[in-house]
Amino acid sequence: MIVLENISKSFVTKNGTVDAVKNVNFHVKKGEIHGVIGHSGAGKSTLIRCVNLLERPSSGKVYINDVEITSLPLQKLRESRQKIGMIFQGFNLLKTATVYDNIAIPLKLLGLDQGEVNERTVKYLDIVGLADRHQAYPSQLSGGQKQRVAIARAIAQEPEILLSDEATSALDPETTDSILELLLKINKEFGITILLITHEMNVIQKICDYVYVMEDGQVIEQGQTIDLFKDPKHETTNKFLNTISQRKLAPSLIDQLKVTGSVARLTFVGASAGDPILADTAVKFNIKPNILAANIIELKNGVIGILVVHLNGEEENRKKALQFLIENGVDVKELGVKNE
Amino acid sequence: MSNLMGFTDKWLPLIYKALVETFQMTTISLFFALIFGVSIGIVLVITRPGYMFENKWIYGLLNVIVNIIRSIPFIILLFFILPFTKLVAGTIIGVRGVIVPLVIYAAPYIARLIESALLEVSPGVVEAYTAIGIKRRSIIWNVLLREARPSIILGLTIATVSLIGATAMAGLVGAGGLGDLAYRYGHIQYEIDVMYLTVFVLIIIVQGVQMIGNYFSAKMKRDE
Repeated sequence: MIVLENISKSFVTKNGTVDAVKNVNFHVKKGEIHGVIGHSGAGKSTLIRCVNLLERPSSGKVYINDVEITSLPLQKLRESRQKIGMIFQGFNLLKTATVYDNIAIPLKLLGLDQGEVNERTVKYLDIVGLADRHQAYPSQLSGGQKQRVAIARAIAQEPEILLSDEATSALDPETTDSILELLLKINKEFGITILLITHEMNVIQKICDYVYVMEDGQVIEQGQTIDLFKDPKHETTNKFLNTISQRKLAPSLIDQLKVTGSVARLTFVGASAGDPILADTAVKFNIKPNILAANIIELKNGVIGILVVHLNGEEENRKKALQFLIENGVDVKELGVKNE
Repeated sequence: MSNLMGFTDKWLPLIYKALVETFQMTTISLFFALIFGVSIGIVLVITRPGYMFENKWIYGLLNVIVNIIRSIPFIILLFFILPFTKLVAGTIIGVRGVIVPLVIYAAPYIARLIESALLEVSPGVVEAYTAIGIKRRSIIWNVLLREARPSIILGLTIATVSLIGATAMAGLVGAGGLGDLAYRYGHIQYEIDVMYLTVFVLIIIVQGVQMIGNYFSAKMKRDE
């Protein structure tokens, strides 16, 4: 559906050339929601703008439905863009137009006849839950409502792809959740493929099937959301995960606890999250587990349980216990040892 | 009472005539100045770096031309371009003779006002429309100009008021108008009442224009 091939983008500035995106490869499958996470300045915004060529990549190719759009003439590019909706952090609505007109005007400009414009405007306003506010002006709406209008505008053209450029970053947590639910609904009901960028891990957690972690213009880690949450490889990914769940303890606390036993992070995925495996382990190897932190993370495609435990017991037994947990499908990471 | 009657009998037809002349000069020159000014203003924006028809040569050239014309005071411009006026209008006197300099005076001014109004429009909205494959021409009309309407109206109000001011100099080439009346009768012949009356009429006109401008601008503005 969306394929990025060796995309690089550099900008020439007064202080020299900045490589915003370096050799990025992407493959977003039809009907999925893919997310790019990274800190500001990581190049994710430039990257998503390369997908519909708002930003021309310095090198590399962009394919939409197997058509290489990077080499299309402007007229053909416009046709391709009509299949790609986009929403923004700043909503980008017409301030001087009503909610209704904000959705209807682009449809008119895309050449739909009056009847169809009206039909679609009403339909999509209803889908985003703003049917009763059609005569309001953007200044009279809350941030969440504005983003709903922007979403209605984006999907009213009935695109196959929706690009979301930090669409929830300006919203409070509760509103963010409702917008994410709306995106999920759009994805399910209309089968619209979504590519989003964000700096918030909970956005990835709630709606993404697949994640790319970006740093310094490069994709440093990628994978199915559940795999990434279970077993992050890169330090930056770890930091992002730490923003939504307690996965680590203060080093001083670990040092203190290590005197009397091992400190480990146990990650349970899916079905094993429900088994009393820790209790079994405790009995079997005669150790006393003390739960220091516990979390359940609900992902779009599954549940992950995270326990940070202190295992008190004979060193030999502790080792065996951890081994036993690994054998039973639990991801074990000892804390306070090097590499953590 | 008879004094007043005498005054009005004598001056009212003159004032009326001057009013018509001022009105003619303002509307005709405003009409042409709008055509040139709005076009130049739009081009100044869309050829800017980062805009849809980015072209630093066109932008740079227009920018310099606008600045040069804007540097010349109207009274100098009036005489400076006499040969050109003669060429375009066929005459250099009367209302007809003053239209050309008025247009040349007002068009770059309007261009700047349009430019600043269009630059206020969030580039993000333009981007949102570009992103979904809408033609650049449609974006200029339906996003840039549409969103800038409140500022454009305010800008044109300012331009109209300064145009009315500029027509006062038109008397120098025999085009008449309120300014000329005030100058010739009020100042030269020392008919102080005529001066007051003319100024009063001008105040009313400018107030009226500004009020109408403010009203329509506020009506279209929806972001507070």
